[in-house]
Parts: sequence; C-alpha cells; structure tokens
Amino acid sequence: MAWFDYFRQGKQGSAKLAKERLQIVIAHERIDRNGPEYLPQLRRDIMSVIRKYVPITEEQVNVQFEKGTDYDVLELNIALPEREH
Amino acid sequence: MSRIVVVTSGKGGVGKTTTSAAFATGLALRGYKTAVIDFDVGLRNLDLIMGCERRVVYDFVNVINGEASLKQALIRDKRTENLHVLPASQTRDKDALTKEGVGKVINDLREDHFDFVVCDSPAGIERGAHMAMYFADDAIVVTNPEVSSVRDSDRILGLLQSKTQKAEQGDSVREHLLITRYSPSRVEAGEMLGMEDILEILAVPLIGVIPESQSVLQASNSGSPVILDKASDAGQAYDDFVRRFLGETVPHRFLDVEKKGFFKRLFG
Ligand SMILES: Nc1ncnc2c1ncn2[C@@H]1O[C@H](COP(=O)(O)OP(=O)(O)OP(=O)(O)O)[C@@H](O)[C@H]1O
Ligand SMILES: [Mg+2]
Repeated sequence: MAWFDYFRQGKQGSAKLAKERLQIVIAHERIDRNGPEYLPQLRRDIMSVIRKYVPITEEQVNVQFEKGTDYDVLELNIALPEREH
Repeated sequence: MSRIVVVTSGKGGVGKTTTSAAFATGLALRGYKTAVIDFDVGLRNLDLIMGCERRVVYDFVNVINGEASLKQALIRDKRTENLHVLPASQTRDKDALTKEGVGKVINDLREDHFDFVVCDSPAGIERGAHMAMYFADDAIVVTNPEVSSVRDSDRILGLLQSKTQKAEQGDSVREHLLITRYSPSRVEAGEMLGMEDILEILAVPLIGVIPESQSVLQASNSGSPVILDKASDAGQAYDDFVRRFLGETVPHRFLDVEKKGFFKRLFG
C-alpha cells in the first residue's frame, strides 16, 4: 500500500495550504475593516506622493492599522524597487 | 415576538436558497408560523425550490409598492401548514427594495404574529444582501469548505457587525455558522478544508454541517424542500440544524467517512 500513501501525501498539502492562505488574507481584511474609514484613501494618497519620486506598484505599499490598548498604530511599509548596479 | 433570520453568505451558489427552504419548512413543521422571503430581486428561485412557482401572482416588490397587500402576495404552502412564501420580484430595477419598504413588510409580518421570518439573501454585498440582513435578529452564515466561500463569509460577518439595525443600535445580530456541501472523504484525504479549520478561521458558533448529497438535486428537481426527504443524509442534517436553532442539544452527524462493512468493501 506504500504507493497509495505516496499519492495521498501529495494531496495532503492542499487543504493545509488553503487554511494558511485564508488565515493571512482574513487577518489583513479584518484590520482594514476595523481601521478608520480614511484608511483606503490615505493609502491612495501615500501611493501618489511616493510615485512622484519612484515608480511603485500597489503591492509595494503596505498600510496597516492596529488598535492598541493605549494608542493605535499606523504602520507604513514601502518596498522600494530593486537598486540597479 | 417574531424572530427575523437572514440566510446569507456573500459568495453565490453555496446553498442559501436550499437552506432557507429547508429551514423555514423545518420551523413550520414544528408548529411555528413561518414566512420565507426571497430577496433575490431579478433572480427569483425560492418559489421553484419550494414548489410553488405556478402559484405566484404578486411578489415582494408589489407589496412594497402598494400594488398588492401582503395577504395577497403571501403563498400558503400546500404541503406544510404554518408555512408562507413571499416570492421575489423579477424586475430589473435593483433599487426596488427600500429600507422603508422592507421594514414595513417585516413589521406587518410581526403584527400578523409570525414566529419566524426567514430572509433568503442574494449573493454579493449589494443592496439586496444588505436589505436581507438589515432587520435580522439572527444570521445563518452559509459557508462551503472552499477558500473563496470562507473569505466571503468573513466579509459578510463584518457587514453583519456594522451595517444592520442591531449594529446601529449598539446591539448585535446572533451569528450561526452552517457549513454545507461537506464531503468527509475529501476532508479525510486532505483535499478539503475541515470543519475545525473553518471554525478556527471564522470563530463563529457552528450550528450545523450539511453533507454534499445527491438528495439536494432530487429535492430541487421535484420542488420539495430536502428536509422533507427524511431518509436522506442532507434532510436529516437540516433537521438537526433546525432543532439546534430552537435550542436543543443535538450531536453533529455525517462528519466522518462512512466505514464500509466487509461485504460492501469486497463488492462495492
Ligand atoms: N448539500 C448539498 N449537496 C449537493 N448539492 C447542493 C447542496 N447544497 C446546495 N447544493 C446545490 O448547489 C447549487 C446552489 O444552491 P442554492 O441555489 O441553494 O445556492 P444559493 O446560495 O442560494 O445560490 P445564489 O447565490 O445563486 O442564490 C444548487 O444546484 C444546489 O442543488
Ligand atoms: Mg439563492
């Protein structure tokens, strides 16, 4: 039955992968949902300011909002294009 | 006191209408005066699943527009006592459902002493879905064990927590997770998200798991809600779900792969 187990192994991953991907995307979406209403517009504004200086795509700008106990944190993460040598 | 229950999901085709028909029938079978409303404007289908498509004269939008009374539009179910169906309009006007209009119909149902009003939501997060959930006391969130359905359910949960009358009043809609089209053998093989995985991600109390079953197609072919097929696995799972909704403690069934007996294993 070893060959049978072998085929089973291959499939074992896909549900697990589905769960991991869902956990990540849903965590992000919940943050957006619970953040202030201006968050999407703020993200767009920041994008357009940065684009004046460097070409950048949507995925390279990551704006996160996290509610803390004493204060909320707005986290801004920008991955700049790779340097050309 | 009427209890307003929305059956919703975000994603299309996951089993909302199948569930609404079974749920409303199950409640009526237990003696509760129940109305089930099709909110899917332009894509009326609940009438077919309930088997009353040839008796539709007036619809939900006719009542909202004052073209018919609620009494005229409600279709009394032929098989099940206490059960009434309010069909959707086939109009293409997506703005036909207004908050005032829907609120008035729901209030009239309250005054008519309906115990339960089941709102069959359309897919999506547009007006129809919003109106179906707005007046709800309870929400049945229908989810398939599949990535896009789980994600959409989470979005719908966000809307239930912010865009409903209950939420606006600082109260909350009671949420219940119903997993449908569940296939234990595929879960066991690691091909399909398991019940525990979905619960862990969505963190909503589980009210039932309905197995993937041929009996659902047979039921829709004949226009008879699957809960009336008492011999079927899906029918029994829906019946368990109704009992849990009414407060009974009922163990979950149909979660494990049916172990085949020796002869069945030999001869298929
Ligand atoms: N448990 C089940 N087993 C097998 N098939 C099912 C099951 N539940 C639903 N289906 C099938 O899935 C399809 C969609 O079901 P249904 O119309 O109830 O979904 P819906 O969520 O109301 O769709 P829509 O979003 O278009 O309103 C139908 O063909 C139905 O027969
Ligand atoms: Mg439907």
